[in-house]
Amino acid sequence: MSFDIAVMQIFNGISLFTILVLMALGLAIVFGLMGVINMAHGELMALGAYVTYMVAHVFERHLPSLMGVYLFFAIIMAFLVTFAFGWILERGFIRFLYKRPLDTMLATWGLSLVLQQAYRSIFGAQEVSVPMTKWLTGAWDMTEGIQIPLNRLFIVGLTILVSLGVYYLLFKTRWGLRIRAVTQNRAMSGAAGINTNRVDAMTFALGSGLAGIAGAVFTMIGSTNPLTGQLYIVDSFIVVVFGGVASLLGTFVSGFAIAQAQTTLEFLLSGSMAKVAILLMVIVVLYFRPNGLFAARVRQ
Amino acid sequence: MRWLSKGELFGYLSLAALLFLVFPLTLDPFRLNLISKYLCFALVGVGIVLAWGYGGILSLGQGIFFGTGGYLMAMFLKLEASGKELPDFMVWSSTETLPWWWEPFHNFFFTILSILVIPALFAFVLSYLVFKKRVGGVYFAIVTLALALTLTVLLVGQQGYTGGANGITDFRSVMGWDITSDESKRVLYFIHVVLLFAVMGIGAYIIKSRLGKILIAIRDREDRVRFSGYDTAMFKAFAFTVGALFAALGGAMYSLQVGLITPTLVGAVASIEMIIYVAVGGRLSIVGAVYGALLVGFAKSMFSENFPTLWLFFFGGLFIFVVVFMPNGLAGVLDRFSARKKGQRESGLNAVPERTKA
Repeated sequence: MSFDIAVMQIFNGISLFTILVLMALGLAIVFGLMGVINMAHGELMALGAYVTYMVAHVFERHLPSLMGVYLFFAIIMAFLVTFAFGWILERGFIRFLYKRPLDTMLATWGLSLVLQQAYRSIFGAQEVSVPMTKWLTGAWDMTEGIQIPLNRLFIVGLTILVSLGVYYLLFKTRWGLRIRAVTQNRAMSGAAGINTNRVDAMTFALGSGLAGIAGAVFTMIGSTNPLTGQLYIVDSFIVVVFGGVASLLGTFVSGFAIAQAQTTLEFLLSGSMAKVAILLMVIVVLYFRPNGLFAARVRQ
Repeated sequence: MRWLSKGELFGYLSLAALLFLVFPLTLDPFRLNLISKYLCFALVGVGIVLAWGYGGILSLGQGIFFGTGGYLMAMFLKLEASGKELPDFMVWSSTETLPWWWEPFHNFFFTILSILVIPALFAFVLSYLVFKKRVGGVYFAIVTLALALTLTVLLVGQQGYTGGANGITDFRSVMGWDITSDESKRVLYFIHVVLLFAVMGIGAYIIKSRLGKILIAIRDREDRVRFSGYDTAMFKAFAFTVGALFAALGGAMYSLQVGLITPTLVGAVASIEMIIYVAVGGRLSIVGAVYGALLVGFAKSMFSENFPTLWLFFFGGLFIFVVVFMPNGLAGVLDRFSARKKGQRESGLNAVPERTKA
């Protein structure tokens, strides 16, 4: 394998990694911190993608001069809409199921079916895509053989930004402190005056909002259809479980490992066999490290 | 303790009357065949009641076993339908010779044996290893979901051996006996109903035995049972294996009666649908699971014939409603109703499992 191909392969891996991380980060927050399995997370991502699509349309029709920057606006809108939706979901029914994790899984699966059909009724079964922003088309020619698409580079940058944002929120603000306190000991946090219900709702909404951002980013590299979410949900679950549910660092490492392994294997084998190999590898690793790569040492 | 409570007895008798008399006498061959299709999922459902309702093991990968049973049966049927020639889908994907592992499936008895052994053996090895590691609950659900996905990808990818996304279809006969005519479908229907009642009997026997009591104990407080000296992993693996065996039977009957097996019946969506059948009927009731499969299957056919767009709204909504408000399904509602009428409190055995292990 020549140097050029190796570099391109690694970049492809990084590009897949960013998408997986954006998806898995929200899931890791909801699953890892709250213990809620949200099977509708993929549909929240699709919601973010559809919001982006609508924002793009509004800009195209009413503010064509600002088409260059609609994306930033769309990302923020996608975050806000999914954040609000997540809040409503948590208050609406998820909070009734905290004691029954397996049932949460089933109920949110039901929700995902309803959302899929809603997207199909509203936006149609066909794929929709957004117009590409001009300054993001094309590629950066590093050398003769190495070309890095600008939109992918943008996504890498955005992922770094979002990750830093999440880190800041969780570890440097009072709000993050409350979330971590509730995760560690709900009863004590309540006794210390933290409104745990509010924290639950905020945490869930934050996780949903991150899915929305992932969806907005996703429109830059592919088109959206009602089943988009379902394609990615199992992958991102695997990233989270593989990394260890209680560890955000684990999510990054496992996302990186899975993405690199997948792109490399796809290069060497066929796409479907690569997928099979990855899934089997994850299952084997989980067998030896049942709590994931970065298990938090807690008493059960 | 009495063998069957009044409610259960009523459930079994009404089901027997429906399946043996009412349906065969009143429905046309097309509808009766649809019932056969629902009953395939009822077989899976009985297994899910054992594993999930009583063992507390939620598997989102029952499609793996359903599909394995279905594909094994389909291999036999396809070979017989092709006669001396290569199965058509192999020719289309330019596979030159029959793979060696297809060869034994010329034999009907080998096929039956493989349906009974292969999925169950796989389920046992997998689940025992996993449970021995004390991995359970949500993780097990995700591992099984990932496996179901893996198998789907594999089946679609290896078109030359498995028929790819279209699956295997176009069957004709079993050992010379034509299975496509209305008359033979009727015979198959009765064979299926008898098989179903046999499976329900085995399931009920396991639940009522001491083994069933231990399963309930494990579901509610696994560590205590372990401290009492039981090998809990073995009990859970047993429940899961029986569930897998029943699912494989369901899959085999599906190939036989519907005449088609595809990767979609293996995947995540199908696997989770199998769970909802049981959730609607009642995860603690074997009869309930069969009724659940019939009702949801019927609703699905009705909706997709008349209001195809509403189907997912209804199905998803039903999913949420049942899980949130009726954790023990229809059977649970009936139980509570009859208990209230008699002025009794719900028995501890059938109370909602409040603390399902994470």
